[in-house]
Amino acid sequence: MFQIVERKQLNEAVVMVKIHAPLIAKKVMPGQFIIFRLDEFGERVPLTVADYDREGGTITLIFQIVGNTTRQFSQLKAGDSILDLVGPLGVPTKLPEGTKSVCVIGGGVGCAIAYPQAKHLHELGIQVDTIVGFRNKDIVILEEEFRACSDNLILCTDDGSYGMHGFVTNALQEQLEQGKKYDVVIAIGPVPMMKFVCKTTEPYQIQTIVSLNPVMVDGTGMCGGCRVTVGGKIRYACVDGPDFDGHQVDFDELMRRNGTYREQESHVCNLKKGVR
Amino acid sequence: MMAGCFNMATEKVPMPERDPKTRARCFEEVATGYTVEQAKEEATRCLHCKAKPCVSGCPVGVEIPAFISAVAQGDFLSAYDVIRNTNSLPAICGRVCPQESQCEGKCVRGKKGEPVGIGRLERFVADYARENGYGGKTEKAPSNGLKVAVVGGGPAGLTCAGDLARMGYQVTIFEAFQVAGGVLMYGIPEFRLPKEIVQQEIQTLKDMGVEIQPNMVIGKILSVDELMESGYDAVFIGSGAGLPRFMNIPGEALVGVCSANEYLTRINLMHGYDENYATPVIQSKAVAVVGGGNVAMDAARSALRMGAEHVYIVYRRSEAEMPARLEEVHHAKEEGVEFQNLCNPVEVLGDENGRVNGLKCVRMELGEPDESGRRRPVVIPNSEFVLEVDTVIMAIGTSPNPLISSTTDGLDTNKWGCLVVSEDMATTKAKVYAGGDAVTGAATVILAMGAGKTAAASIDEVLRGEK
Repeated sequence: MFQIVERKQLNEAVVMVKIHAPLIAKKVMPGQFIIFRLDEFGERVPLTVADYDREGGTITLIFQIVGNTTRQFSQLKAGDSILDLVGPLGVPTKLPEGTKSVCVIGGGVGCAIAYPQAKHLHELGIQVDTIVGFRNKDIVILEEEFRACSDNLILCTDDGSYGMHGFVTNALQEQLEQGKKYDVVIAIGPVPMMKFVCKTTEPYQIQTIVSLNPVMVDGTGMCGGCRVTVGGKIRYACVDGPDFDGHQVDFDELMRRNGTYREQESHVCNLKKGVR
Repeated sequence: MMAGCFNMATEKVPMPERDPKTRARCFEEVATGYTVEQAKEEATRCLHCKAKPCVSGCPVGVEIPAFISAVAQGDFLSAYDVIRNTNSLPAICGRVCPQESQCEGKCVRGKKGEPVGIGRLERFVADYARENGYGGKTEKAPSNGLKVAVVGGGPAGLTCAGDLARMGYQVTIFEAFQVAGGVLMYGIPEFRLPKEIVQQEIQTLKDMGVEIQPNMVIGKILSVDELMESGYDAVFIGSGAGLPRFMNIPGEALVGVCSANEYLTRINLMHGYDENYATPVIQSKAVAVVGGGNVAMDAARSALRMGAEHVYIVYRRSEAEMPARLEEVHHAKEEGVEFQNLCNPVEVLGDENGRVNGLKCVRMELGEPDESGRRRPVVIPNSEFVLEVDTVIMAIGTSPNPLISSTTDGLDTNKWGCLVVSEDMATTKAKVYAGGDAVTGAATVILAMGAGKTAAASIDEVLRGEK
């Protein structure tokens, strides 16, 4: 059992939990993920680790309530426990040697995973520009945290209710047109966002790393459910990723494959919602 | 035993089975097991020949005539003790061992008629002991103060752990999944091997003092070197062959194509067939399972039980070359699985939403034998046709998982990614042993158990020699 030591609602649909998992906290690096299972009847769900405290022995998970499992998870309080937690899985984010400046881009709940990247790079003394995007002001998360680790933070909202009016891609385009030079762009968020960030950086030939979160069961290379086509080859997000060269990823295929169980998931979720 | 007591019937006492029509739609166990009378009757078919060829055919060396003799006398608990002396998982072996190519394959009764039903008797004895709450007289040596880490809680790891615990070692199994059992839990379906039985066999190991740590992916959370540094005197790696292969044909990324590993894991380990569990499983009307091994049969028979109207086995050679056990093929046919033999997929077809709507195949014929000795399948020109299916399950084999070999210095692998070991199961790294599918590539439960047993003996020899 793994105990939740802290729980915080970041916005109406996004929850942060700190979980006591000393062995994972000791090893995990930015870019890696865990798989959790709430109880005996639960499914295995992968989540990229949002933060970790090696001394305190905790890892932080930030997730959006999208289905039955995440709803159940969101209802747990500090002091409650979850049954299974396995990790760290996947390979840590690798930057080319000599990287001096990085633009970290987060979209929506993807900011939860973009944040540890920005923080880690900042600690390494790398110049970090951050572009984060949300639908509107009400769902902005981690603003202070990002500000603390960014040399330059651009916050945008789709509806203009806070910060810059527009998408992260508009903000990125603007920066690049103004002559900003980045060695690497890291984009984490909804698949369409990552796809369009990659389209934006392609003409500038900036290496763009994306973090993928496909359908997955075991997280150790066993099920093959997380296979993605990268540069025309089959790669497994769980053992080869979850980070990949965004210019090589077949995003359209990924979007289709992510919908494999959508009907059943919404069915289960509606069913249980009625009962609870 | 007097000659007059022998049962000279040329056929085995038949195994009671559920009706194919009913069982094909539920996950209840297919074979229901011998009664006391049936077991005694079958046991008297053993001639107790001096040479005991059956024992030499058993990878874990069960004293087969001795336990059968106890069954014939109605002393089922003694029979259990005999088996448990060398086999930690008898209820499992009785169900899933390929006896026809091992113990029973060597039985002299098989020369004229059918061999003695050794597997059925082993299963009966194990079930009898369990149902009567008998855990067996385990002769356990006093603790020797030595610690061994076992990586992977599948058949190889469980056997190695059981044998070492019996010899007085303190053993910890590190299991990647939430529950130990490996392929016995995620791969082999409930209707062939009830999961409750697997867990009860594992409980007997825990009762002997074996500790199991679930959710531990060695190579990630701890390295093999870190295990050694933390006080383990030796490490056994039984991490299996978990990486599924795909065919590399067009359309394999369509929605509705999955590996047998994924399909079976969702259904077995994650209880996808039980509506109380949250794990989703693809809902299919027509399924093509590509492959001709036991895993293909398990996937096909599971697909029927999940409600598919048509389930096809697509296999590129003929039935004679099928690697699956005869019994599995027979059961699959009885239940309504449709066999498309001498047939090879060339493309998975999809609709405008990227979902599978067909499998384009070609017909094959058998040509000259290839390096495996089996006749090579050759494409018949202009024989293309389309199987109308909405799901394609690839069951064409698996490779060893590189998670451990890639994170451990000094651990050599061959070109297939299998760990290199000597005859005594020692890897190229000192005090690190390995066995099972991680060494051989995908094979059987009992061969993995045999390897775990050999490794346990080697570890004991080396560590005891140092003391």
